[in-house]
Amino acid sequence: MIKSILIFNNHGKPRLIRFYQFFPEDMQQQIIRETFHLVSKRDDNVCNFLEGGSLIGGSDYKLIYRHYATLYFVFCVDSCESELGILDLIQVFVETLDKCFENVCELDLIFHMDKVHYILQQVVMGGMVLETNMNEIVAQVENQNRLEKSEGGLSAAPARAVSAVKNMNLPEIPRNINIGDINIKVPNLSPFV
Amino acid sequence: MALKMVKGSIDRMFDKNLQDLVRGIRNHKEDEAKFISACIDEIKHELKQDNIAVKANAVCKLTYLQMLGYDVSWAAFNIIEVMSSSKFTFKRIGYLAASQCFHEGTDVIMLTTNQIRKDLSSPNQYDTGVALTGLSCFVTPDLARDLANDIMTLMSHTKPYIRKKAVLIMYKVFLKYPESLRPAFPRLKEKLEDPDPGVQSAAVNVICELARRNPKNYLSLAPLFFKLMTSSTNNWVLIKIIKLFGALTPLEPRLGKKLIEPLTNLIHSTSAMSLLYECVNTVIAVLISLSSGMPNHSASIQLCVQKLRILIEDSDQNLKYLGLLAMSKILKTHPKSVQSHKDLILQCLDDKDESIRLRALDLLYGMVSKKNLMEIVKKLMIHVDKAEGTTYRDELLTKIIDICSQSNYQYITNFEWYISILVELTRLEGTRHGHLIASQMLDVAIRVKAIRSFAVSQMAMLLDNAHLLAGNTQRNGICEVLYAAAWICGEFSEHLEEPMQTLEAVLRPKVTTLPGHIQAVYVQNAVKLFATVLARQEGAGDRQAAQETTELLIEKLPQFVQSSDLEVQERASCILQLIKYIQKLQAKEVSVSEEVSALFSGELNPVAPKAQKKVPIPDGLDLDSWINKPLRETESEDEKPRAIFHEEEPQHSRPRLPEIDEKELAKRREVRKQEQASNPFYIKSSPSPQKCYQETANVDHIPVVQIDLTVPLKVPGMPMSDQYVKLEEDRRQKQKQDKKKDKKKKKEKEKKRGKGRRLDSAHTESEEDIAPAQSVDIMTEEMPENALPSDEDDKDPNDPYRALDIDLDKPLVDSDKLPVRTHRPTEGLKSPDPMMGVEEQGEKKSSKKIKKDKERKKSKEEKKKKKHRKSASGKEVEEEGQVEKPAPPAAESESTAPPAAPPTEDSDLDFWLSSASVPSQSQPELVDPAPSSEPEEPKDEEEREESKSSKHKKKKHRKEKEEKSKKKKKQHQDEGAAESVQNGTLEEEEEPLPPMSNYSLLAENSDIKMVCDIQGNLQDGSQVVVSVIFENKGSSFLKSMEFNVMDSLNTKLVRPEGASVHDGIAVPFQLPPGVSNEARFVFTVQSIIMPQKLKGTLTFIVKTEDGSSHEKLDFKLLFTCTSYLITTPCYSDAFAKLLESGELKMNCLKLEGITMPFHHLLAKICFHHHFSVVERIDSCSSMYSRSIQGHHVCLLVKTGDKSVSIDAKCDEPTLLSNVLDEIKLTFAVTC
Repeated sequence: MIKSILIFNNHGKPRLIRFYQFFPEDMQQQIIRETFHLVSKRDDNVCNFLEGGSLIGGSDYKLIYRHYATLYFVFCVDSCESELGILDLIQVFVETLDKCFENVCELDLIFHMDKVHYILQQVVMGGMVLETNMNEIVAQVENQNRLEKSEGGLSAAPARAVSAVKNMNLPEIPRNINIGDINIKVPNLSPFV
Repeated sequence: MALKMVKGSIDRMFDKNLQDLVRGIRNHKEDEAKFISACIDEIKHELKQDNIAVKANAVCKLTYLQMLGYDVSWAAFNIIEVMSSSKFTFKRIGYLAASQCFHEGTDVIMLTTNQIRKDLSSPNQYDTGVALTGLSCFVTPDLARDLANDIMTLMSHTKPYIRKKAVLIMYKVFLKYPESLRPAFPRLKEKLEDPDPGVQSAAVNVICELARRNPKNYLSLAPLFFKLMTSSTNNWVLIKIIKLFGALTPLEPRLGKKLIEPLTNLIHSTSAMSLLYECVNTVIAVLISLSSGMPNHSASIQLCVQKLRILIEDSDQNLKYLGLLAMSKILKTHPKSVQSHKDLILQCLDDKDESIRLRALDLLYGMVSKKNLMEIVKKLMIHVDKAEGTTYRDELLTKIIDICSQSNYQYITNFEWYISILVELTRLEGTRHGHLIASQMLDVAIRVKAIRSFAVSQMAMLLDNAHLLAGNTQRNGICEVLYAAAWICGEFSEHLEEPMQTLEAVLRPKVTTLPGHIQAVYVQNAVKLFATVLARQEGAGDRQAAQETTELLIEKLPQFVQSSDLEVQERASCILQLIKYIQKLQAKEVSVSEEVSALFSGELNPVAPKAQKKVPIPDGLDLDSWINKPLRETESEDEKPRAIFHEEEPQHSRPRLPEIDEKELAKRREVRKQEQASNPFYIKSSPSPQKCYQETANVDHIPVVQIDLTVPLKVPGMPMSDQYVKLEEDRRQKQKQDKKKDKKKKKEKEKKRGKGRRLDSAHTESEEDIAPAQSVDIMTEEMPENALPSDEDDKDPNDPYRALDIDLDKPLVDSDKLPVRTHRPTEGLKSPDPMMGVEEQGEKKSSKKIKKDKERKKSKEEKKKKKHRKSASGKEVEEEGQVEKPAPPAAESESTAPPAAPPTEDSDLDFWLSSASVPSQSQPELVDPAPSSEPEEPKDEEEREESKSSKHKKKKHRKEKEEKSKKKKKQHQDEGAAESVQNGTLEEEEEPLPPMSNYSLLAENSDIKMVCDIQGNLQDGSQVVVSVIFENKGSSFLKSMEFNVMDSLNTKLVRPEGASVHDGIAVPFQLPPGVSNEARFVFTVQSIIMPQKLKGTLTFIVKTEDGSSHEKLDFKLLFTCTSYLITTPCYSDAFAKLLESGELKMNCLKLEGITMPFHHLLAKICFHHHFSVVERIDSCSSMYSRSIQGHHVCLLVKTGDKSVSIDAKCDEPTLLSNVLDEIKLTFAVTC
C-alpha cells in the first residue's frame, strides 16, 4: 500500500499532497516539513530509499523519492510494494505529467494542482497502484478532459476573459516569478520493471 | 429569474478562480496569512450562491488551501453539494475535495450514501470512476456496508476501466466492513483471470494485500497464483505474485519446493532488476522456510548471494541498498554464505550514503565471530570518530553495543577490551545513549565476576574525571554512565586500590550539579566506599585516619541533604545520621568497620527483565481474596504474619535502617535465610550457585574460576581498546604455538574438537580455538523455575487487519450475504437474519452464487466419496447415483454438512503440492457437474484416484495414517473433552461422517426411478421446493415427462399462469438410457404444522426402437414437518434470550439404543432435519432451526449411556411433536 504521495519543491513548499490515511491538517504539514527535512539534505547521487521519519508508518514503511529539477516526488509505502517498482511508478507519473502538460515545469503544478490530482487518480487509487501503462493513463486523462470541455469547463468564456484582463493589471505576470519555471527535464531512466 | 441569472454571472466575473488565488498568494508573500483569510471570506460568500459553478470554483480553491494546511472541513456540506452536481466537471471537483478532507469523523459523510450510489450506477463511466476514486479515500464502515453490493456489481462492469477500480476499492471495503469479504471473495477470485490485464493486476493487488496480513487463509489459492506466475508476462503482476508467495511459503514448505525452480529460471532469464530482486527475496524466504528440510539447495543460496553481490557492486545506489537489505535476510539462516562477503560489506561502511551505511551496519551484526569481533569493532570505532551528525553516530554506538552484547556476549573473548570500548564510548559528546552504555557497564560488571577488579579501576578513573563527562550536565546524556560508575565502585569497592581517592571523588561539590537519580546513587555508594575505607584503615590499625574519614563524610554530606531531589535528600539525611552515630562510637574507640560493612554484605544477582511477571502464583494463593482473612489463618499455622510482607522487601531494596543495630540485622538475616530455604515459593536462583544475602564469609566458598590474566591489569591513563587488539593477536599467536607444541599429545588435550577441525581447514581458525582471555563466568539472569523467556501477547489487539482473518475456503452460508438496500429496517449485526427482505437483484445474484458454490461443493463431495468408496471396496457401485446426489441439498443447507469440507479443500492443495506434473487438475472449479455426465465421471475419477495413489505414495501413506488415527479416536471417543462446535462446524479431527442423503425414494418401476428432497424456500414463507431426480433405469429413451399432483386445500403445486389445477407440469428434459437429471417443483403451503401427503402421477413416453408407448407412475409425495424447517445459524446469546422469553412450549423425546458417536448424531439431526448447532459442550448440545413461517425450534440434545434424550421447545406444539416424531423415525431406521 501507498500511504501518501507528496510533491514539494526544493524549498519544501507543497505542490501536491495526497494522503491515503487520514491525518489532520496540522499533522499533514508537519509530515511535509519532516519529510522535506529528511529528503532535502540528501545528495542526488545517494539511494532513493529512506527509512524513518517518525511521523509516517512504523518500521514497515519506507520513503521512496525522486528528485527532478526543482521538485521532489515522495512516496511513502509499506513493505507490500516493490521498492524498484515504486521508483518506476514515479517515473511513469512524471513522464505522464510531462506529456499532459507538454514539458512540465513546477509552475504547471502550482497553477494546476487539480489537474495533477486528476492525473494521479489514474495512476494510484486508494493507495494501490491502478495503472502503470502511460498510454492508457494519458488516454483516460484526455477522455475526461474532453468530457469536461464538452460541458464548458469550470471557467467558461466570460470568466476567462475577465481573468485575462485581471492578468494585465497585475504588476508582474506569473512567468516572471523565477521560481519553478525550469522545466522538469524528465531523464530517460532505464526502468527497473 | 433571468435577471437573477445575469446578475449571478456578472458577479462571477469578479470571482477569483484557482489560478487567481495562487497568483494572489504568490504576490502577497509578506502578508500571506492575511490575504488567505480574506480569500476564505470570499469563498464563504461564494459558497452561499445558488450557482453551482460558483460553488465548484470555491471548493476547488478550498482544496488548494487545504494543501497549504488550512482546515476546510467547515465546508464539508458544500463539498457534498458540488459532488451531487450532474456535470462531470463539478462532480470531479467535489469528489477531489472530499477525498482530500473527508474522514471517518466527518459527520455529513452519511449524507453521501445515496449520491454515491447514484454515481456508481451512472451510465457515464467517468462519473462512476470519479465516485470510486473518491470513495476509496473516505470510505467509512457505514458506507462500506451500504455500498458493498453496488461495488460488487461493478466488478462485472463491461468497461475494464470501471472493473479495475471496483476491484481495487473492494480492499478498502473489506477493511472497513470485514463481513463483506466472504461473499465478495468468489467474484474477486474470478477477476484473477479477467481478460483485461489491468483488472487482473488489480485483483492480484488486492489479494496480495489481503494475504499479506492473514496468509494462511489464502494458501488454497496457491495453485491459481502459480499458474498466473508461470503464464503472466506483466512484470508488475509477477512482482506482486512473487511477493505473495514470499508471504505464503513460511506456512507451507512444500510450496517453496515447487517454487524454487520457476523462480530460479526467472532469476536467470529476467532483465528487469525489480523482478530479479523480488525473485531473490522470495527464494530467500523459501530457503528460510526449508532450512530444516532438504540439504541440497546450497546452489540456490549461492545463486542468490552471487546475484546480490552484483546488486551491491552496482553503481546504482538503489540496487546497492536493496542488495544489502536482502543480504541481511539470508544472514539469519545462512550466515556462512554471507560472511564470505565481509570485505564488500565493510566497504559499504565507507559509502557516502547514510542509508547504505546503516544497512551495512545491520549486516555486520550477524557477521561477527569471536575471531573478527575486535577487528570489526575497531573499524566501527574509527567511524564513530569520523561520523558527522549525531544520528548516525548514535546508530553506530548502539550497533557496537548490540554487536558486542548479542547472544549473551557470545563473541567477546576479552572483557577488559569490552570495558575499555565502553569507556572510550563515553567520550562521545552529546550522545543520547548514555544510559545504554551505563546499563552495559553494570551488566558486565555484575555478571562477569572475573572482570570486576578491572571494571572497578576503570570506573574509578571515570569518577575521577567526571568533570570531563559532565561538562554541561543536564542536557548531556552521557553523564548517565556516572550512575553506573558510582554504583560499580561502591558495590565492588573491595577491588579498589585507592578507595579513599574514589570516596573523595564521589563527594566533590560538583556532583550536586548532576541529575537527581545519579546523585542518589552517589550518596548511597559513598557509604559503601566509606565502609571499605573504614575497614582498611581499621585493619591497618589507623584509628586516626578512620576518624578523619568519618569527619569528611559528616562535612560533605550536608550538601546532599540540601538537595532539591527528594530521593537524594532522604538518603543523605538518613546516612548522615548513621555516620554521626558511627562517629560517636568511634569516639568511644569502638571498632565499627565490621558492622558498617555488614550493612552491605551479600551478593546482588541479576534478575531477568520479565522474571517478576513469570513468578507462578503458588497453589492455593488466591490473589483476589481479602488479605485480612487469610492472615488469621496463617496465624493459626504458627507463622509470623510479619514475615509475609516485611521480610520480602529487602530482596529489592537493601536494608537502610541504620537505627536497627547490627546484631539484630544479622539475626533477622539468619531467620530470613532459614525461612527462604524452607519456603518452596521463594525464588531460588537456580542458574547461579549462590543465593542472595549470603554471608560474606560464604562468598569465598563459591567456586569462581580463577582469573588467568595474560594482560596487565593496570592500564595507565584512559584505556585504549586498541592495545587489546594487539595483545589479543599476540595471545592468539601464542596459543597457536602452544597448540602446535602440544600437537603430539593431543589425545590428552581437552580441545580435541578444535584440533580436528584445524586439520581439515588449514587456514581458517575455527571459533572454538580462541580461548577467552579470562575464564569468565557469565552469570545468567535469574528467572523463576520453569519460566521461559518469551514474548507473548506482542500482537496488537487493535490491528485492523485482524478482522480480515476469515476462513475463505468454507462454503458460503446464508448469512454470508452483502446487505442490499431494503425497505425493512435492518436489524443489528449480531444475529444476522437470513429472512431479511432482499431485492430482486441481490436475490438473483445470491442464487447464482449458491449455484456456483454448489458446483464447487459437488465436485468436492464427489472426491470425498471416492475415498469412502475405496475403503468400502466399491460395494456401492450400484447406488452410484444415490450417493452422488446428496451434494445439492448439502450445499443449500450449507452449515449442516461442512465437517468434511475443510479437509477436502486442504487435500486439494495437498494434491497440487504433491503432484508436480498436473498442477491445474485439482483446481477447485471443476466445472460441468451436470448430472447427465455422471455415469462417466466416476470412472474417470477413479482412474485419477488410482494414478494419484500410485504416483504419490506419500498421499496414500497419509491416508493410512488417517485411518489409524481414526481407530485411535474410537477408543478415546468417550473422553470427549470440552469441544465446542459452532453452527454445525464439527471439529476437523473427528471421525468422518458416513455419507448422508436426504433424498428419499418417491416411486420406482422398471423404466424410471424418482427420488426427491423437499426444502423450504428461504425467501417465501409459504413455499417449499421439491427437487426430484429422475433416473432412467431402462434401456430406452424417455421423453415428454409430465409431473402432476392432486392439490389439497393446504398444499398446492405452483403451476404456470393460465394452467388449470389439473394440468401437470412438463419436466424440462429428456432422459437417455442410464442418465439421471433433476427437476424442481414449487409448492405453496398454508399450514406447516402437520405433515402432508399428496398423491401424484408422472406420465412419460418410452421410446424404443420399435415404437413408443405411454407410461405412468403413481407416487405419494410426503411433506414432512422437517421439510418446512430451514437451517438457520443462531448465536448463543440470541438462543439464550429465546429460551428465556417463555413463549416456547416444551416437549421431549428419548431415544434408546443409540450407539453412534455423538457428533454423528448431531450431524444427522443437522443434515436430515435442518438444524444447526448453537453450542456443544461435551456430550450435550443445543441446536436451533426455524420454520419457513418463522417458528423457532430449539433442541437440547444430551447423550447418556446408549440413549439420547432430546428436550425441545417451540412456539407451535403440534409442529414440534411432529418434528420430534420424524427425528425418532430417522434414528429408528438407522439403528
